[in-house]
Amino acid sequence: MSNTGMRKFKNLVALSLSTLAAALGLFWLIFILGDVVVHGIGALNLNLFLNDPSPPGFGGGGLRNAFVGHIMITFFATLLGVPVGLLGGTFLAEYVRGKRFAMIISTLSDIMVSTPSIVIGTFIYAVLVKPLGHFSGWAGAIALAIIMIPVVLRTTEDMLTLVPWSLREAAFALGAPRYKVIISVVYRGAAAGIFTGVLLSMARVMGETAPLLFTSFNNSFFSTNMNEPISSLTVTIFQYAMGPYDDWHSQAWAASLIMTLLILAITIIGRLVIIWRYPGK
Amino acid sequence: MAVPVKKHPVDVTFYLFTAGASLSVLAFTVGILYVLLSESSLAIERFGILDFITSTEWNPVTESFGAATTLFGTAVTTVLSLVFAVPIAIGVAIFVTEIAPNFLKGPIGAAIELLAAIPSIIYGMWGLFTLAPIMSEYIEPALQGTVGRLPLIGILFEGTPMGIDLLTASLILSIMIIPFTASISRDAFNLTPAVVKESAYGLGATKWEVIRSVILPYSKLGIFGGVILSLGRAIGETMAVAFVLGNNHQITTSLYDAAATITVTLANEFTEADTDIYLSSLFYLALLLFVLSFIVLAAAKLFVIRAERRFAR
Repeated sequence: MSNTGMRKFKNLVALSLSTLAAALGLFWLIFILGDVVVHGIGALNLNLFLNDPSPPGFGGGGLRNAFVGHIMITFFATLLGVPVGLLGGTFLAEYVRGKRFAMIISTLSDIMVSTPSIVIGTFIYAVLVKPLGHFSGWAGAIALAIIMIPVVLRTTEDMLTLVPWSLREAAFALGAPRYKVIISVVYRGAAAGIFTGVLLSMARVMGETAPLLFTSFNNSFFSTNMNEPISSLTVTIFQYAMGPYDDWHSQAWAASLIMTLLILAITIIGRLVIIWRYPGK
Repeated sequence: MAVPVKKHPVDVTFYLFTAGASLSVLAFTVGILYVLLSESSLAIERFGILDFITSTEWNPVTESFGAATTLFGTAVTTVLSLVFAVPIAIGVAIFVTEIAPNFLKGPIGAAIELLAAIPSIIYGMWGLFTLAPIMSEYIEPALQGTVGRLPLIGILFEGTPMGIDLLTASLILSIMIIPFTASISRDAFNLTPAVVKESAYGLGATKWEVIRSVILPYSKLGIFGGVILSLGRAIGETMAVAFVLGNNHQITTSLYDAAATITVTLANEFTEADTDIYLSSLFYLALLLFVLSFIVLAAAKLFVIRAERRFAR
């Protein structure tokens, strides 16, 4: 009887500890998000979006340059990275599915997804910044594109694999050439999944700082020239948070709040699309 | 899967484009390795491999560089963050798969995975402005007064608690990697066949006994893969630790000291490197980081694949 009591007791302790662990995980999430909201919301104002930075202490400055720069870098990274990832994933799922080549590239992509992003930054610095002699928005966008490619490639591959093979056979039977089958049948069948993959990869690179530090660098003036150093939200947050001025800190919090909300919103939308389109997956 | 042979000219073009795109991943991997090697060749020639790794010197003035201090920082923060994160992550996975009522399983799992979506710079900000003061005022002095008094372990907690140190950095890293370990562990748990679990319950086992004697043995390979994947993530994390580590090149015995990791050194010094050998040494560090994380991530991948092969038929 005491043996049973002991077993029940152990059971209770172990299950309580697990529940506590989950509670701790939630606690960190709420703590961090709550902290960003509390610090950020007080610093939010219209100037942040409309004005460029003013000298510390003068007030009224904003981060217009960083918002615009961030959007431009992310936009061009998406423009460069998504097609390559999409086509690459298509090749693996449609032409060489199950072959050794597909497995190698697929595994390599999984590794590259987790490769330290700062290493990509040093790589781009060596091939694009040092030879040209200056930092540029393009270097930043390309660094982010390289991070996006394996992410998009893997989700595309997975999503295309989910499209039933019989659908392709039906299209082949109608005499459609291969590329047409892929574009108008397979892509259409996997559109929601691919779209989600693109969304999630954008969310991933929007929060990147390390690969931009020595590629797009920073610029305290408004610029839309991708050939010049260009400001980004993340690098600005880093610079402002490490700086000595209270003005800077509160602007960094405000920028953090906007970025966090945007990225979480995109992530949640992506998840919901997956749940809605692929129930039980 | 017999498929008509491609002959349409657009078909051939499409085929070549997709093939080229998939090769880009390989090209970037090889390209990064090649470029980092050639950029660091100056430092490799000057300092060698073994000497560079074991030298604790990092002095831009005398142009003498070694990786030991940064490797030390990377190793300590990574290992410590795993020690903090792995038990929590496995607890989370157990809760989400076995304990939580069905309507809570999805939402709680998704919420904890959101931790992975928060950008690392936000972790850094939060760490610098919120966590570090809490650490230096409450947690670190409290640790000093309790476990810090113990012999041997005590030296880990010596010095003035500043909050900008190895302990704070490791704690932030651990929060960041919980979702990775937890989600892979959860997937591994779910690979356990329901029949085996049910037979154990049928024998009168408690829930914990089922978890310990059936689920954990079944999923240990997967969990191990998840832990190594988190290790790979932690090695390469930059911004979350850049704020709270202090970039101080030293090997210390106390967790209350500032230190430097490979990533933090790169983030702080790359644009300031004014001599060729300085820059080359930084590239050398980047190369070490790339190779190290590649090996770790490849090992993780191997374990996860093996785990899936064994049980998912």
